[in-house]
Order: sequence, then structure tokens, then C-alpha cells
Amino acid sequence: MISLTRICREFTVGDERVAALRDVDLEIGSGEYVAVMGPSGSGKSTLLNMIGLLDRPDSGSYLLEGEDMTSLSGSQQAALRRHKIGFVFQFFHLVPRMSAAENVELPMILAGIDSGERRRRVGETLEAFGIGNRARHRPDQLSGGQRQRVAIARAVIMQPRVLLADEPTGNLDRVSGGEVIDILEDLNRSGITLIMVTHDPELGKRAGRRIRMVDGRIESDS
Amino acid sequence: MHLRDVISFGIRASFGYPARTLLMLLAMAISVGSVVILSSLGEGARQYVLGQFSSLGTNLIIILPGRSETVGGPPPLLGVTPRDLTLEDALALTRSSAIRHVAPIVVGAAPVSAGVRERETSVLGSTPALFPIRQLEMARGRFLPEGDPSRAAAVCVLGYEIKTELFGTSPAVGETVRIGDRRFRVIGVLADKGESVGMDMGDIVIVPVAAAQALFNTSSLFRIMVEASGRDAIERAKTTIAAIIRERHDGEDDITIITQDAILATFDKIFVALTLTVAGIAAISLAVAGILIMNVMLIAVSQRRSEVGLLKAIGAPGGRIMALFLAESAILSLIGAAQGLILAAAGTWLIGRIFPDFPLSMPLWALAAAVGVALTTGLVFGVLPARRAARLDPVQSLSRR
Ligand SMILES: Nc1ncnc2c1ncn2[C@@H]1O[C@H](COP(=O)(O)OP(=O)(O)OP(=O)(O)O)[C@@H](O)[C@H]1O
Ligand SMILES: [Mg+2]
Repeated sequence: MISLTRICREFTVGDERVAALRDVDLEIGSGEYVAVMGPSGSGKSTLLNMIGLLDRPDSGSYLLEGEDMTSLSGSQQAALRRHKIGFVFQFFHLVPRMSAAENVELPMILAGIDSGERRRRVGETLEAFGIGNRARHRPDQLSGGQRQRVAIARAVIMQPRVLLADEPTGNLDRVSGGEVIDILEDLNRSGITLIMVTHDPELGKRAGRRIRMVDGRIESDS
Repeated sequence: MHLRDVISFGIRASFGYPARTLLMLLAMAISVGSVVILSSLGEGARQYVLGQFSSLGTNLIIILPGRSETVGGPPPLLGVTPRDLTLEDALALTRSSAIRHVAPIVVGAAPVSAGVRERETSVLGSTPALFPIRQLEMARGRFLPEGDPSRAAAVCVLGYEIKTELFGTSPAVGETVRIGDRRFRVIGVLADKGESVGMDMGDIVIVPVAAAQALFNTSSLFRIMVEASGRDAIERAKTTIAAIIRERHDGEDDITIITQDAILATFDKIFVALTLTVAGIAAISLAVAGILIMNVMLIAVSQRRSEVGLLKAIGAPGGRIMALFLAESAILSLIGAAQGLILAAAGTWLIGRIFPDFPLSMPLWALAAAVGVALTTGLVFGVLPARRAARLDPVQSLSRR
């Protein structure tokens, strides 16, 4: 489903060039559960952004469901992000002035879905994630675990094929982190392809497949 | 994305940051308000002056002795010495069907006294036709009697002020006043109609035209006032007047004919220009408001970097982000403009209370223009911040907290 071939990505910091990804080859099948691990600065986030179409490779090819991604225009990529890809971030990135329900509704607003349908789906999803009674609360009135659940609800409300999570428990305590992982694994079991960056070896072990990155390369894949 | 959702997103974003929103609204409201108030003042001044001129009478034509090519132009250097206008000239004009009333006018100053009180004042000689032409009203008694205009009846009509000065509160009608060395019987007192352009009808004594000519020892007229029989008859009246006088003056065009419309049109032009100038100056404050909007929106964009990054991550293309921010500044501008209109309404009301005589009128075009300009300002000055937002790199915007 996801196929990366010889992907390179360099950043220029000052006059120095930093290679974040060096000749990365990666095949990920539909419905897989992949944990991406490795030391800080090894290129995990860059890889995730590449897969999520937030960043473009300098060279190499990227096929998503057999379709070439590198030749797409910005707005075509945006449309794919809307419909096929969901993101979960370490710092949640909820819009602070909006309630939980409004945050979850946002992708559907962008996709032009009618408000009746939106309300129905928001209600269902929040309920399923155990935060139905928090729908009207703003992010600053929610705990970290609740915020991340809102963020996951927002990521999957458009029923994407791929869910990309960059250290989703990095900002949570063990208990609420565990709850968040349970939700993500439930989603994976119901068919979504889950790619998760984590520093936690315990969590890594739970994944069906572990990729270890070092210095912009995939060092091990098991 | 539906337009409704774009608008409601903009409204919510505006209310999400109240301090910023208040600042923008204030700037917009003040500048829109000042545009509307200043143009209302200009428009009010215009209508005031036009009203004053209209109170001279309607469909008015004024005939002056002497030829001048343009109204207000330099006096003629060449040509014949103008012949005086005479009472007979005036009477000859009544023949035309385009002319309803003809009032010959003789003006001079003379001491007027009643008993021991005496005052120097304007004395105006005319005929009963002056009454409808100048749209006069009587407070007491009646106006000059009909009859042969060349007969110098010793009667007079007093203006309101001169009556009060000579007689106080006691009745004047039936009493006798002395004008120069002649005695006149008071037959009426004019109503107090306030001031009007050209001649103060309060401080005046009106006598039959022949009496005035005898008083000032002249056979000529100061001018002739003519009321055309209708608005569309004015042009016809002008040509008829010119033809009749030319015939009577041995084929010479030695008079000047001024229509009220020409005077009004001139004043109208001056005041429209004045109003536009004042409104233009006020519009500069709109530009200032626009720059403020731009600043505030730029701050908003950098404050909301991570929101923009998130919107991009969940699939908003750059164009959509731009539309959202533009909608936001448009909404803020419109709300600001609405508040500016309220401010202007309050301001004009206040001015109306302080200067009740001044007719303030809020011109409709100023309302529309203010709202239109506010919206344009918001959009024009919103483009730069919106573009900046649209171009933000999502990865970088999201990597910061
Ligand atoms: N926008 C950028 N500009 C310059 N350099 C960047 C940029 N993004 C990433 N890098 C560099 O690329 C390399 C890989 O970064 P990346 O964020 O992918 O690492 P990571 O594995 O996610 O690290 P961490 O575990 O700390 O999140 C790093 O050396 C980083 O400094
Ligand atoms: Mg990272």
C-alpha cells in the first residue's frame, strides 16, 4: 500500500546540509501495525511527514496505493490528506478556541460534508472513544489523555486508510498513554494501517513490525 | 467547504481572540464613522444653502440692467452703455404666457420713523406680485394693494423686525410711519420667516414701486423679478424676456437674465466637491485602519501558526487557508463598518442636538460607500497576512508548540 524507493531528504541549516533521510526503501502493506523507533534526530518524524504528504522528498519515489505521489500538485496532495491520511501528534495540536466536538468536526468541514451528517459522526466517534460527555469542553478543560483521544477522533473521522502517529504518548503518563495505545490498536484491528513513532521499547514490542532508524537510514526492520 | 462554514469559521475565529477583534473593530468603526459624519456635514451644508436659495422663490428669473456674458464674470468693457430698466419694461413682460408674475424692484435706504423712534433701513418698492414670488407671509394686515403700479399710494408693509423696533408690541397696522420726508400708512406686517439669502425680509419696509421711485427720485428699476409659469417654461420665459426687452430697447441686448437654476447648479457643484474632499480626507483614516488590520492579522497568523499547520495536515490546501483568513478580515471589516454607522448615527444625532438649525443629512451614497470601502480595505489589507498563512510550511508550523 505504501511503497518508498530510495527516498532522500536533506535540510539546509545555515550553510550545512543535514541529511534527514538517506536512500530509504520501505514497503508497508494495508492494515499493518508499524512502530518506528530510533534515536533523536534519526529522521523518524521526517519519514512520517513524507508518508503523510506534508513533505516532499528530494529524490526517490513514493507510491500510495499504487499511485505516484511525488508528481501530485499541492492541492491534490491536500485532497489525499483529507481523505486517506490521518495524523496524530505528540502535542495534540487541537485548536484552542474550539470545543472537542468542533475540533473533531474540522476535517469534515474542510471536506464539505453537510452539518447534519457532521454532527452525527462527531457524536458517534466521541462516544466510541469514551469522551462523549466532554464534547463541549475546550482543550484547556481536558486532561492530556482526553486531548489525545479528541485528536485521534479528529484523525479518523474521515475514515482514512493510514493513521500516522508521531509519539502519541510522548506527552502522557503511563495510564492515559496506555488508553491511547488501546484506542490506536483497536483502530488497527478494524483495518486501518497504523504507523507510530515511539521512543518506548515496551510499546514497540506490541507492534506487528518494528523499524529502527539511525542517522536517516533504516537499520533494522522486523 | 461550504461558504456558510467559511463564514462561521471566520466569525468564531474573530470571537476567539477578543482583544485583537476589539482593536480592529475600533479602528474600522472610527474611520467609517468619521467618513459618514463628515460627508453628512458636507451634504447638510449643501442642502442648507440650496434650501436658502430655494426660499427666494421657485422658478425664479432675475433681470438686471447691463449685459454680462457669464454670471459672476467681469463687467463688460466694450459695448453700449446699458439702458435703464423701467416700470414699463416690467409691465410689458406680463404679456407672455410663460410668465406668471412680474415684480419690479426698487431698493434704497432711508430713515424710517414712528413717533420718536427712528431707524435707517432698506426700503423696497415693488408690486403685489412680490408677495407670491418671494413666498412671503403676513403676520398682520395685508400686502400692497392691486391697482395701477404707476400710482404712488402712500401705504407700506413692515418687516417683522422693523415693526418691533418702531412699535414694540403694540399694533402697527393703521398707524403712520415717516419714510424720508413722506408719510405712509402701515397696512400690514410680514411674518417672521427667518433669514433668507439676498435680502433680510425682517428688516425692511415695502412700499408701492412708484412711491419708492418718487422717494429715491429715480425712474429706473434696480431689477425685475419674474416667476415663470412652470419649471419647463423657464427657458421659454428667458427667450421671451430677451425678445420683449430687445424690442423695447431699440434692438439692444442690454440686460442680464439670471435663472435661479443656474445659481443653484453652481452652488450644488461647489458643495458636492467640498463634500467629496472632506469624505476623501476621512477616507485616509480608512487607509490607516487598513494598515492596522494588516498588522493585527499578521500577528494573528503568527499566533496561529500551529492552527494553520494543523489545517494543512488535515487537508486544507493553501487557497482554502487564504480564503479563511480573508473571510476573517472581511467579516471584521463589515462588523466594524456596521459599528461605524451606529457611531455616525449617534454623532449626527449629537450634532443635531447641539446645532438644531443645521440640517444634517446622512446621504445614502455615503453609507454604501463607507461599507464598500471598509470591505475593500479589509480584503486588500488582509491579502498579505492571508498569503503568509497560506504559505506556511506545515511541518515547521507543527514542530513548534
Ligand atoms: N525543518 C527542518 N530544518 C532543518 N533541519 C531539519 C528540519 N526538520 C528536521 N531536520 C533535521 O533532520 C534530522 C531528522 O529530524 P527528525 O525530526 O526527522 O528526527 P526524529 O527522529 O523525529 O527526532 P526526535 O526523536 O527528536 O523527534 C534532524 O537532524 C533534524 O535536525
Ligand atoms: Mg520527531
